[in-house]
Amino acid sequence: MSTEHFMALGRRDMQQTSRHTLPIDAALELRRELVAHLRENRTALREEWVRRITEAQLLRAMTNEEVFNEATSVYDNYVEALETDTLETLQAYARSLSERIIPRGVETDEVVGIVLLLRDVLARSLFGKYQNNPNKLNRVLDAYEPAANRIANTVAVGFVQERERVISQQQEAIRELSTPVLQVRERLLILPIIGIMDPHRARQLTEQLLRGIRTNRARVVVIDITGVAAMDAAVANHLVQTVEASRLLGADVIVTGLSPEIAQTLVNIGVDLGKMKTMGDLQGGIEVAEQSLGYKVVPTNQAEAVV
Amino acid sequence: MMVPILKQGDVLIATIMAALSDEDMRQFREALLDRVVTSRATAVIIDVMAMDVLDSFATRTLREIAYMTRLRGAKTVLVGVQPEVALTMVQLGLHLEGVATALDLEEGLAYLDRLNRRR
Repeated sequence: MSTEHFMALGRRDMQQTSRHTLPIDAALELRRELVAHLRENRTALREEWVRRITEAQLLRAMTNEEVFNEATSVYDNYVEALETDTLETLQAYARSLSERIIPRGVETDEVVGIVLLLRDVLARSLFGKYQNNPNKLNRVLDAYEPAANRIANTVAVGFVQERERVISQQQEAIRELSTPVLQVRERLLILPIIGIMDPHRARQLTEQLLRGIRTNRARVVVIDITGVAAMDAAVANHLVQTVEASRLLGADVIVTGLSPEIAQTLVNIGVDLGKMKTMGDLQGGIEVAEQSLGYKVVPTNQAEAVV
Repeated sequence: MMVPILKQGDVLIATIMAALSDEDMRQFREALLDRVVTSRATAVIIDVMAMDVLDSFATRTLREIAYMTRLRGAKTVLVGVQPEVALTMVQLGLHLEGVATALDLEEGLAYLDRLNRRR
C-alpha cells in the first residue's frame, strides 16, 4: 500500500469519526499521538524554540516580538502540516512569510536554520517524553522524521523560490531601466548610458536606439556616456557601429561625456573621429543638436525683448 | 525586375520594391544615371524600405550611384534603411560614406528642402 493511500485513509478516518477504537494503522496512530503531544506543550516548546533562535542570533533583522509572533504561526502551521500531512497550507504560509521577510534582509541560511532548530527542539522533547521506552521512541521518530524533513524542505524551497522571483523581477527592471531612449524635443533623442558596458548590453542598446529612431522619427541623437567609467575595445567598436547604423537611418549622432580613459581607448583602437561627432558634456551636445534642428533657446526676458 | 523611377519637380525618386539580383542592380544603376542626365535632376532619392538585405554588392552599387550622380551635379539621398539592415551592414563593415541618408521618403524630401533653402 502506498503512503498516499495510507494518508488518504487516515484523513477520511479522522473526518468521519473520533472513536478510533480500532487503529487502522500504527504509524497514523503514532502521528496522532505526536500531534497531541505538540499541541499540549505548545507554549513551552514555542518558547524554547524562540529562545534557541535568539541564542543562535538568527533573524536579527526582526524584533523579538515579531520573531515570537512568526514563530507561533510557523509552529501552528507546522503541527497542522504534521497532522493533516498536506503541505499546501504550509506552502502558502511559507510564501507569504518569505514575501514579508525578504525585504527585511533575512538570508536563506537563517530561514533554513530556524526550521532545523524547530525540528531539533521537537525531537528533543520527544526524546524527553519517551526516554523510558526506547522502542516506542524509535517508532515515534520513524513517523516524525520523514514528515519533519518534508516540512523543512517545503519552507526552505518556498523561501528560495520567492527570493528567485524577486531577483528575476529586479533583473528585468534593471534591464529595462538601463537603456532609456528619451525624446527631449521633436526629432531629438537622448540616450544616457550609466554603468558598465558589456557587449551584450551594447547590442541591446543599439537595437533599442534604432527602434527609437524609427518610432520617434528622430534626426539627431545625443548619446551621453558620462556615467560610463571605462569601455574595452570591443564595446568602443560597438559604439562606433551604433553611430554608423543610426546614420543609415538618417539620424546624426553626437556622443557626449567621454571620459579621458574612454577617449584613450578610442584613440588606441584608431576610431575614425570624422565619423563620430563628439562634445564635452551633455549640455553642449544638446545645444549642438538643437542648432542643427533649427531650434534656438533663449531666456524668456530676452525673448520678449525680441518680440 | 524593373525599378520604377519617378520624377517629382527636379527630384528623381526610385523605389526598390524587392530584393534585386546583381544584374538587376547593375541595370538599375544604368537606368538611373541615364535619367539623371536626361531629366536634369538635382537630386535622387533611393527608397530601400522593402529591402531586407543590403549586401556588399548592393552597397557598393549604391555608393557608386551616389558618386556618379554627384559628378553630374545631383545629390543622392538613401531612405528607408530598416534598423535590422543597418545593424547588419555595420557589423559586416559595409559603409555608405558620402551618401546622405534619411528615415523615409518624407524625411528625404524634407532634407533636400532644407538643403535648397540653405543655398
